[in-house]
Amino acid sequence: MTLDISAIRRQFPILDQELIYLDSAATAQKPQIVIDALKEFYAKKNANVHRGMHGLAEQATTAYENARTSVQKFINAASPEEIIFTKSCTESINLVANSYSSRREGVRGRGSVVLSLLEHHSNIVPWMMCGAHLHWINIDEYGNTRLEQLDTYLKQENIELVAITGQSNVLGTRPPLKEIIQKAHAAGAYVLVDAAQLVAHHQVNVQELDCDFLAFSAHKLYGPTGIGVLYGKRELLEKMPPFIGGGMMIKEATQTGFTPADIPQKFEGGTPPIAQAIGLAAALEWLEQFAWKDIEEHEHALLKHAEHILKNIDGLKILPACHPEPDEGRHAQDVMVRRAHHDMERSGCLSFVLDKVHPHDLTDILGEQGICLRAGHHCAMPLHKRLNIPASTRVSFGIYNTIQEIDILADAIQHAQKILQ
Amino acid sequence: MDLYAENILDHYRHPRHKLPLPKEAPPPTGEPACRTGRDQGGGVVIHHESNPACGDELTIRFGIKDDHIHNPSWDGTGCAISQAAMSMLAEEFENISIDSAAALTPKQIFDLLGVPISPRRLKCALLGLHALKNALHIHYGEPLQVWTQTVSGAVDEI
Repeated sequence: MTLDISAIRRQFPILDQELIYLDSAATAQKPQIVIDALKEFYAKKNANVHRGMHGLAEQATTAYENARTSVQKFINAASPEEIIFTKSCTESINLVANSYSSRREGVRGRGSVVLSLLEHHSNIVPWMMCGAHLHWINIDEYGNTRLEQLDTYLKQENIELVAITGQSNVLGTRPPLKEIIQKAHAAGAYVLVDAAQLVAHHQVNVQELDCDFLAFSAHKLYGPTGIGVLYGKRELLEKMPPFIGGGMMIKEATQTGFTPADIPQKFEGGTPPIAQAIGLAAALEWLEQFAWKDIEEHEHALLKHAEHILKNIDGLKILPACHPEPDEGRHAQDVMVRRAHHDMERSGCLSFVLDKVHPHDLTDILGEQGICLRAGHHCAMPLHKRLNIPASTRVSFGIYNTIQEIDILADAIQHAQKILQ
Repeated sequence: MDLYAENILDHYRHPRHKLPLPKEAPPPTGEPACRTGRDQGGGVVIHHESNPACGDELTIRFGIKDDHIHNPSWDGTGCAISQAAMSMLAEEFENISIDSAAALTPKQIFDLLGVPISPRRLKCALLGLHALKNALHIHYGEPLQVWTQTVSGAVDEI
């Protein structure tokens, strides 16, 4: 069944104006049902969780814990305790990196983390801050991760963890997670998946993937800002030290010390994002009325149309648009075979550069016409350095976008080009 | 009024005082690339600033002769607003006293540009001024100023 996009759009109040929103990779818009869930909680059910005996507190606690179960089901985790609520995807990754650096009973302190050049700063900087030695997986000229480099790194004995994005927030490419996870596990390394982008565009099944950790946020998933999710395998979470100290994360505190609570509360010090968890559950429930196959087909059609129409604009280059690194020439034949079979698959977004037009000027002019695109390095400076560009312009999609919007965008880009060139 | 007015685009397409400056090993923001003192009749100050939010970069270079700015030049990459504002600023501060240069205000930059600058483009418009101010701080041996000091008061002007 194909999606009824007009009906979907009517559920997003913000779209009821002259607006072409092509920045869902930054944050997705919210359907009315999510906005109502937040309002309803604050208007009628607001109380702190796990703290009071009164009826409101009980209701709030039940709703908050139900949200945890919704997330568990959404990503098919084995149990709700494996779902930790944080404030953001970034905090989720920092939580794991902190355990890594603490070198206590947490994740083993082997010393090295493997990353890819596709990573967002939120999956780079926490590993730098925790003092890990970093190994970078490069990309080829199609924006695919060069897995032979992963193989090389994994042969070294000190690889603790592979931190990999499920979907690039710039190129839209998707590293082969299952293969990466299998390789890492075979070498005794853990895998953390940054699913911030992936989770809004494809079904994620953590048990099938067998990843050790997976992080994402609600706001790119049509839910509210202020809440992130960390999935972790129970046996790992149980061994990891707490992250943020405070209320709720202890079993017992004395004048000389404390005993941490069991998971998941161990990692949820302080009043958690209660309304946001309820909003996230509403977003998941809303999203689950659609089949993933239908969402994927719709977004695939948008991307293919965008690729087709944008690449015909004079001076516009869709990324990666980079050359192979010199050492890639050694498998010339292999590269040719890959090229012959290659139909670059993007998901969620594409980015481009335009000759003689800086992304900020372009998006400023587009913005004046109500067309919202992101410009800059998209928090992926190492990737932009690899592509040898300071900045790019990104078009990213949500379930509510249409082919017509892309046509209007293409005309507007050409208009801006005339002004600036 | 249109942000991309003809005078802005003219400076963007034909930047004044723009010269290739050494690119290798750009210094971290806030550190002088090189500096000579006031000996030999005046020093040459080179200073690099970037706007990390968008990747715009400017390197500014000028001599100081008899307490006046002498032979200014700059190099950089970035959006039309940042590059045009730098080009206009370089014309403006050529041969003025270093005291006058140190007293330049955001409003003077906005007046040069002659178009309304929205808050989201503030740093684009003021990157050149920020680089000039910090180049002068280096000359005076003073601590560098941060962005909030450069833009202070500017929001009321726009």
